[in-house]
Amino acid sequence: MNTRPPPRTAVEFDRVSIVFGDRPDLALPLMDQGRTRSDIQSATAQILGVHDCTLSVAEGEILVLMGLSGSGKSTLLRGVNGLNPVVRGEVRVRDGDHMTSITNADPATLRRLRLSNIAMVFQQFGLLPWRSVRENVGLGLELAGQSPAQRTVAVDAQLALVNLSQWADRKVGELSGGMQQRVGLARAFVTNAPILLMDEPFSALDPLIRAHLQDELLELQKSLHRTIIFVSHDLDEAFKLGNRIALMDGGRIVQCGTAREIIANPVSDYVADFVAHMNPMAVLTARDVMQPGDDAAPQSVDAETPVLQIMEMIRDGATTLAVTDGGARIGTLTPAHVMGRLVNPRG
Amino acid sequence: MSAITDQITAAKIPVGDAAETAVTWLQINAGWLFDTISDALNALIDGVTFSIESIGPIGMTILFTALTYALQRSVKRCLIVALGMLFIINQGYWDRTIETLSLILVSCIVCMGAGVPLGIATARRKWLYTVVEPVLDLMQTLPPFVYLIPAVIFFGLGQVPGLIATVIFALPASIRLTHLGISSTPMALTEAATAFGATPMQRLVKVELPSAFPQIMVGLNQTIMLSLSMVVIATLVGAGGLGQPVLNGLNRMQPDLGFESGFVIVALATILRVMLEVRKA
Repeated sequence: MNTRPPPRTAVEFDRVSIVFGDRPDLALPLMDQGRTRSDIQSATAQILGVHDCTLSVAEGEILVLMGLSGSGKSTLLRGVNGLNPVVRGEVRVRDGDHMTSITNADPATLRRLRLSNIAMVFQQFGLLPWRSVRENVGLGLELAGQSPAQRTVAVDAQLALVNLSQWADRKVGELSGGMQQRVGLARAFVTNAPILLMDEPFSALDPLIRAHLQDELLELQKSLHRTIIFVSHDLDEAFKLGNRIALMDGGRIVQCGTAREIIANPVSDYVADFVAHMNPMAVLTARDVMQPGDDAAPQSVDAETPVLQIMEMIRDGATTLAVTDGGARIGTLTPAHVMGRLVNPRG
Repeated sequence: MSAITDQITAAKIPVGDAAETAVTWLQINAGWLFDTISDALNALIDGVTFSIESIGPIGMTILFTALTYALQRSVKRCLIVALGMLFIINQGYWDRTIETLSLILVSCIVCMGAGVPLGIATARRKWLYTVVEPVLDLMQTLPPFVYLIPAVIFFGLGQVPGLIATVIFALPASIRLTHLGISSTPMALTEAATAFGATPMQRLVKVELPSAFPQIMVGLNQTIMLSLSMVVIATLVGAGGLGQPVLNGLNRMQPDLGFESGFVIVALATILRVMLEVRKA
């Protein structure tokens, strides 16, 4: 085992609340009482964006903000680069060897962080239609004051990375949706910003192209190691891309963890419903489906054995299996219990 | 009945008196300002006139045709422009056309120079648009002859009052269309620019103005057409130009004069429209 230092924090949401409206002070006390968005809207005419979200994203991690539309996932994301102002709490991002507050940043600091630390990819691409692909990709560098000659090397390298070199001089309108979003990705990557915000970037694309771009993103991430906060309403996408997933509902984070943690231990019926259609075989292990306690079963399996393998052992006649963790017996598996956990993880 | 109307007319709202007082007050107290404006506009008109004169009729024909090709990339449009120019020269109205063209060009410079910044300012501030809009309505609906009177009082006879009347009539178009273009810039584009660190000025120059460009060009086109439609009225206050033969024709009941210069005005309008029209890509 190599001993890497634990990754540093890249983005920190510290009890972030966002309210749309001119009197957030009216809405905050009601939000603290746990009232719903529609309650608060009819009482104060303010719209709850997100309430009291605390979350910390590590460098190099892909964190997916996940939820139905209106859950506040995009709103929270847009707090990271100040597109949505935070009314209480604070968002901090890594800025060299310290963390800098976005929420309390002066305009110059905010601009510097947007130019060099935080890039963004949009659902509707947000490309300038009168510009060529190359001019669109160079936007961030251009805004930072680089001349066309200065930015051409970086832009062309980025275009090659997303396989758009031969389209560099076309207008973006001539490209398909999938290609346009590759332009969006290149535009975000080219500034070398360590933090990447992706607001449902693949939702407007058809499923095949979407899967393809997800693979491309994972492939790029292997070499680029950016910190990515990714908003999605698609559970498959979230589980495929996310190292961790934060599930949101009504402007609040209801559960945050790895796919396995969420499937094994959904904290509420909302989360359980959400993950009900996921195939748990791929993510759960013996530890997740066992009954705690020592048992003198003849056969034993390691706690990290995938559930699929355990199902095969049961099929082949095993009736009771002991679960071991580093030699110690920590639990038991019976067919009935494994089935029960798979059918209803909350049971 | 008459008792009621007597009641209503008894205390007449002094619209006319107020206007006269205002005009007199301005004439006395702001004379230096009008003189300055008058001198500046005269210099501008003279400069433009001198430039067109020195390029000459054939030079202008070549210049307009080349400009049309540069802007439109269409041989057909170049042909229309060239033929139109030759028609104007053929009819013997070149000197009058110079005067009218100068007036239109200066009107465009003033209208776009004031209209685009005002359009941007009103797109930024909703309250400002609420204040400006009724003024624009007034400028477009008040009959031009009405403001021609104070224009002559302030600026005397000549091209300047004609220009002022033309600008009052044409300016609302460029303000409105710039306002429309800037405020209909897709939010997705301005947000993307902001997210990548654009300053408000960068956002304006790199996103909003290019996005509004087609509307602004429509505004320019409208300004030209509205200015052309003021040609005859401007002649009434001594602005000269292609309106003069029309007026003379009217005074002497000479249809030939009227139609000749009328068609020359139409030819000029066609040339400018064909040259500057913005077409969807």
